[in-house]
Amino acid sequence: MARTAVWWTILRISLEERLVYRGDFALGTLMRFLPIVTQVFLWWAVFSAVGTGQGGSDQTRIVGYSYHDFVAYYLLTMVVRAFSSMPGLASGIARDIRDGTVKKYLIQPIDMLSFLLLYRIAHKLVYYTVAAAPFALVFYLCRSFFPNGWPEPQVMLAFVASLLMAFLIGFFLEATIGMIGFWFLEVSSLLFVYMLFNFFFSGHMFPIDMLPGIWGDVVRLIPLQYLAYFPAAVFLGKVEGPDLILGLWIQFGWVVFFICTSRLAFRFGVRRYSGYGG
Amino acid sequence: MLRLSPAGSGVYNRWTMSVVEIESLAKSYRVYQKAEGLRASVAGLFHRKYRTVEAVRGINLTVESGEFVAFLGPNGAGKTTTLKLLSGVINPTSGAARVLGYVPWKRENAYRRRFALVMGQKNQLWWDLPAAESFRLHQQIYRIDPAEFDRTRDELTEMLAVRNLLSQPVRELSLGERMKMELTAALLHSPEVLFLDEPTIGLDVVAQYKIQDFLKHYQQERGLTTLLTSHSMKDVAALCRRVVIIAQGQIMFDGSLEQIVDRFGGHKVVTLLFADGHIPGDLGIYGAVLSEEPPRAKIRVERAAVAETLARILQQHPIEDVSVEDPPLEEVIADMFSQVDEAAGEDSVEALADSGA
Repeated sequence: MARTAVWWTILRISLEERLVYRGDFALGTLMRFLPIVTQVFLWWAVFSAVGTGQGGSDQTRIVGYSYHDFVAYYLLTMVVRAFSSMPGLASGIARDIRDGTVKKYLIQPIDMLSFLLLYRIAHKLVYYTVAAAPFALVFYLCRSFFPNGWPEPQVMLAFVASLLMAFLIGFFLEATIGMIGFWFLEVSSLLFVYMLFNFFFSGHMFPIDMLPGIWGDVVRLIPLQYLAYFPAAVFLGKVEGPDLILGLWIQFGWVVFFICTSRLAFRFGVRRYSGYGG
Repeated sequence: MLRLSPAGSGVYNRWTMSVVEIESLAKSYRVYQKAEGLRASVAGLFHRKYRTVEAVRGINLTVESGEFVAFLGPNGAGKTTTLKLLSGVINPTSGAARVLGYVPWKRENAYRRRFALVMGQKNQLWWDLPAAESFRLHQQIYRIDPAEFDRTRDELTEMLAVRNLLSQPVRELSLGERMKMELTAALLHSPEVLFLDEPTIGLDVVAQYKIQDFLKHYQQERGLTTLLTSHSMKDVAALCRRVVIIAQGQIMFDGSLEQIVDRFGGHKVVTLLFADGHIPGDLGIYGAVLSEEPPRAKIRVERAAVAETLARILQQHPIEDVSVEDPPLEEVIADMFSQVDEAAGEDSVEALADSGA
């Protein structure tokens, strides 16, 4: 009971703080739509080159994807990434460790990971509120790319579940990376490498089922696909039946895995911090 | 020799135990050493040299309930390290400590709800929000009863004269106002032990004075056990009856300010007012001349020789007025630090260690 009150207060105060930067927020939200526009045009050009006419005909396919499939896929990954991307989380944790702000979590009776999670939820809630209208507009304008319309209710439910888990994987994975700051002063290069991997292997750059052979197998084994590809694939009906159930369970497994890694990283990190630095 | 009470965590009996008990507490750090230059930087990528710095070297100390103790010492003496150890931010290399019966570095919530640490250089409040919001969060995480919270907040902000600033974003407050808010935040949960690390650093004289005044009254009224580090002798003189001097990670002195002057102030300052307005040229034979502003002159005289020297001067010269004072506290402390440094200079503080990390 007391704990719920604490969480609610953290959430409320974080919301208020996020609303202080409304200008930056509005701009940042709009800027997120730019990449999708360039992607749409890029693939339009690619399909034009491969196929015959304007944007290629509907028969033109690249590894099983038509131009329409591509655009629909990108729009969906944009939604997924609105859940799974964690701007400033890892670098923020590393900075807190470096400049000593992390002491606060050692001195006050408060758990750092829970605090940051609530802060992030507040951050996201504000973001969705601001971004809902532009998202709706983009999807409305692009409705022709979704010939099948909305998916079945159960698929929609699975999609929402995978979105929420994408958020949790994103959060705990990046939090773990940030905690590396307990061992190395600077994590920005490491973070850059992670971002690069994330960009290619989460399905943000292209649908990962396009990858042939061994690469495809590797990418299907690592958890990054759950940050973009998997939820989008669920929505588009590319994962169905037992595969869908199994996929959701594996995603859930990764959630648990990264909760554990972040907890362990914090525990050992604090041990090191109190042993060497402070 | 101090003996730590065998009681387990949280079992603190204020009648039989001291609030702070420290025994042979030691902390050493490993610091990366790099010679100047790019070449050394490249070499450092492959083979790093570390130096062990013994920040705290076997401290024994007890602090009773309601004491206000100042830690004095030069930079890097181990004062802040000691406060970090007692607030559980760092683990010791060896030794033991109990605060309110808890081992600080176990970081139990029960302990964390009963003390507070204020660092003059660190900001704990939410930068972009009014302090009132940070206070509300403290109410929740420290589980302060709402009515109690309102009362304490109003009382503290009233005493510190910042009540009208509660709804102003913290980033728009002056440094002094921010420090007052930091203090309020730290005291909201009515801690029994308060650690203050340079609470008045960077503040102007007025703000410094106000914070001292507040701390003095609040501490007396509540019987709060307080440990303070400060470079400001004004803070120390205004607040603390007991002074612990730390240098080279060891306690060099533990007593009152007056005792410091008696023990380390080896001389007195004698001010002479010459009746004829003329300062004799041979004043230097009595002691080092500190200043000459006719008709007044100040000389420095060995403590033991004050009476004899004064008699000689009075015999030789027409003196209208004379005063004998202790040297300024800052000076005594500075003298003492240099004495302590020289004494400790011989035994090596640092041990070099190589490690390929």
